[in-house]
Order: sequence, then structure tokens, then C-alpha cells
Amino acid sequence: MDLKELYSDIILEYSQDKTYRKPLMRPTVRNRGVNPSCGDNIELELQIEDHRIKEVAILGKGCAISEASAGVMAELIQGKTVEEARTLSDLFVSMIQKKVTEEQQLKSLEAGIAFQNISNMPARVKCAVLSWHTLEEALNQEA
Amino acid sequence: MSRVVNPYRKDFPLFQAEDQKELALAYLDNAATTQKPYVTLLAEQLYYESKNANPHRGAYDLSVEATMLLEETRDMVKHFFTVPKEGEIIFTKGATESLNLLAYSYGLTHLKQGDEILLPISEHHSNLVPWQMVAKQTGCKLVYLNLNEEANISLEEVKGKLSNKTKLVTLAQVSNVTGSIYPVAEIIRLAHEKGAIVIVDGTQAVPHLQVDITELNPDFYVCSGHKLYGPMGVGILYGKMDLLNQMSPFLYGGDMIEYVEDFSATYAPVPQKFEAGTQNMGSIAGLRGALTYLEEKNRNQLFQYEEELSNYLLEQLKKVPHVQLVGNKTGNNRIGVVPFLVEDVHPHDVVTILNQDRIAIRAGHHCAQPLHRHLDVLATCRVSLSFYNTKEEIDRLCESLKGVRRWFGYGSERTI
Repeated sequence: MDLKELYSDIILEYSQDKTYRKPLMRPTVRNRGVNPSCGDNIELELQIEDHRIKEVAILGKGCAISEASAGVMAELIQGKTVEEARTLSDLFVSMIQKKVTEEQQLKSLEAGIAFQNISNMPARVKCAVLSWHTLEEALNQEA
Repeated sequence: MSRVVNPYRKDFPLFQAEDQKELALAYLDNAATTQKPYVTLLAEQLYYESKNANPHRGAYDLSVEATMLLEETRDMVKHFFTVPKEGEIIFTKGATESLNLLAYSYGLTHLKQGDEILLPISEHHSNLVPWQMVAKQTGCKLVYLNLNEEANISLEEVKGKLSNKTKLVTLAQVSNVTGSIYPVAEIIRLAHEKGAIVIVDGTQAVPHLQVDITELNPDFYVCSGHKLYGPMGVGILYGKMDLLNQMSPFLYGGDMIEYVEDFSATYAPVPQKFEAGTQNMGSIAGLRGALTYLEEKNRNQLFQYEEELSNYLLEQLKKVPHVQLVGNKTGNNRIGVVPFLVEDVHPHDVVTILNQDRIAIRAGHHCAQPLHRHLDVLATCRVSLSFYNTKEEIDRLCESLKGVRRWFGYGSERTI
């Protein structure tokens, strides 16, 4: 995987997007995700009502890869049910682990497909999955 | 491609192979671990090929030879660090184990509620988390020394925080994040005046400074073999005999006993008391090789060259637009461990981009999260040098750094 693929336009765009970077007024779940080896530190806030994710915020600071992945995730899960969010999360992680490779099956990840080849750069895999693992934990707290 | 001749690179198999390539790896992460010279690797191999037996166990020649190698290496370490007669060297698996040994066998039994442990905010987690455990279990308190503007410890800060409650002072001789050389000799003197015991973590100091334990006079001194051109899995603990004698063992088992009854045991004398189980003889043999290698070189020449490289690195980094040095910005009281930031780019992204140019540096909090909070940065990039590095590698680093911001759509030139 070369740098152009890693720092693709889509990943750079999401890493600098501020849409989901504002704290929520009424979060119902909060969870912190850290990547102790490199200093990524994110705070995920969700407002869940009737099993549906109404609002998402991702605060804290991370590298371009973790921030882009978090931005893509926020966009995907906003408005989805908790179950749908879990399914997306499983799919994202399966894509990273190369367990699911068919483009047709990955369609629902939308911009998230940009991270498909991150496993070719093992040092950055943790960055790409940080926000998704933080989401899984948050949803488990909620349940 | 023209190469700057560095006389030491041929002693290291990794560099010998790299220097054949069109673009050699610029290994600039020596504070994490150093590369190993042939001498280290051969010593380890030779041990397993011709001397492998369990030391202290058999009465046969091969075991005696293994025991001799262990004890000769201990003597060599003593000579290398000028250990006084009233002190002893104990082999551990690394500085982390040495510090844990001290936390468990000294801290838990000698500290109590109301006592204070004084340590710099910059300590590596290995010299911080064990003391948090001791504080929690005994009720004693951790008191932090803050850093001044040069990322160093002023004696005023030490004097202000030392009190009759201070029973233990523990600190690195050189910071693994900032490269600052702390005034350890003076701090030891001040602490001893108050009756406190001093532990010095020399892990980052021993590869780059001449360390004379007799002159320095710490109560305990620790370091790792793998950052001193030795193999991974061997570390050193120096302690004063009177203290080691009053301490309980850390690990219990074979080779550390004198006599075992059904329900009790008496322990072997120091150092065996602290060396339970079979030692990592291959690594100990390798460490002996590393020390032999270093003793055969003119170490002052190595240190001088490292200082020259370090000054060149600082000079060149300052010229790179949008690079900010963190901590000490001068060459004073420091070794060639240099933390920095590239404006607007996370250190982890910086390292990924440099990796593409075959330059290896470290990003993160370098096992010192409290220091990074203190400096108000989440993470830093860190370059750390050794005598096998070259100015050409530093030039490559700076050239590569100039291109980093472009990946993120920022200008790379300074805008005033």
C-alpha cells in the first residue's frame, strides 16, 4: 500500500471534516477510546432514543487515519438503529481483517471502503479500527 | 550512490546488508533499542554451541564453564560501570524487571504511610507505574519534580520538594523522551543529606555516557542490555550490599535457596538470592560480547561523534519549516534524543510518511504519558541517535520532513 492510497483524497477529506466534532447537548452514552502506543485519544458521544442513534459526536485528538475513520463511522451510524450500527461495525472490522472482500458485500460501508487495504500497512490498522471498537463498547454499555 | 563512510557500520550485520541497497534504512530509533554488532550475536551463538549447560547446577565441566561465564560477565559489568566493592550486580531480564524488583522487595517493605517517593514527572512508565503500586499498597505518597524550561530538573526544585518525609528518590539519569541529562550526582548528594535512598535508571545514559557508579554513589542503579548493543532479555540491577542483604527475594524458586525444609526455606546470599530460576545465559553471553565490543572502541571518540551528530541534528531540524522542537532546544545537557512536532500533522502520520522514505523514527508518548500531559502535547515524534548514524541520514530525515505537510494539503514552506 503506498502513501497515495493511505492518504487518499477521501481519507484526507474526512480527517479534516468538523461535522461531528461538536459535543452533544444530551448524550446518553459516552465512551473513551485510546490507542496507547501512539497517543490517539477519542471520546465518542451518542444520543440513543428508542434503539436509534439520533446524534453522534467524536471528540478528542488522533492521527489522520483514526480521525478519518471516526468521521466516516459517524456519518454512517447517524440515524441508524443500534442493531444496524452493530452490523456495520462487524462488517468494517471484517473488511479490515480481509474476511469480507467482495465489493458487493461492502457496499453499505460507503466511504468506509477507502480503508479496505489498510491491513497492508499493519502499523496503522489500530488507528483505523479505534473508533469502531469504541462504538462497540459504547453500544454494549447501552445494552 | 556516494556514501559517507562510517567506520562502525560494518560491525553490524543489519547495516552491512542495508548499505548494499540503493536506499539504506536510516535507523534513528536507538532509544527504543540499538542494533546488535556481530560480536554480540557471535558471543550468544558460541555460548549455545559450546558452553550450554545450566550454571550453578552440575558438577561436571560444562556446567562449571557456564557458571564461569556467568560470573565473568558479572565481573565485567562491575568493571564497565566501576562498581564499588560494597556493591553487587544482579542479572534481570531488563530495566523494567530491575525496577519492579526494587518496588516489590524494597518499596513494599521499607515504605509506609506518611513517607514520600520523589520522582520527576518525566519518568518512563517502568519507573512510575511500579511506584504507583507501592503508594497504593503502603499509603505512601508520590511527589513529582517538575521540569524547567530547558526540560531539566533544577536543584531548587529538588531542594523545595525534598523533606524529612522523603524516603526514596527515583529518577532516570537521562530522559528517554527529551534526552535531557539530569544533575543526578547533585540530586543523590541532596537526597542522601536527607537520609533518602536513591534509585537511578541509567537505561538511556549508559549507551552515551561514561558511567562510574562508585563516583555517582547511587543506592541502586538499573539498565537494560538491549539498549546497550546487547541482546534483548537481559538487564542489570546494581545495589549496595547492605540494602540488598536486608531485602526479601523478589522471585522464589530454584537457585535462590540455601536450604529448603518442608514448610520453610533459607535463601542463598546476594546475588543468587535475587536470581531465581535459570538465567538467560544466551543473552548474558551476548551482553558480554557487547561490552567487549564497546571496550575495544575508544568510547570517548564514540561519545564525541554522537555529540557532533546531535548538534548537527538540532541545527538541521531548526531549519525545517513548521518543525517545532519540544523540550530543550539547545545542545546543552542532553544526548541525541530529540522530540519534535510537525505543525498540523499527527506524529503517527509523520512516521508513516518517513517510513516510505526508509527512515525509522518513533511516534507516540514514548511510555511517558504524564510528561506529555505536562508538556501539553498528545504525542511527539522522536529521533534518537547512535554512533553508527551519519550526517547523511540526518539530511535525509530533514528532506523527508519537508514533504510531510504536503500530503495533507498544507504548504511546506514557512509563511511569514
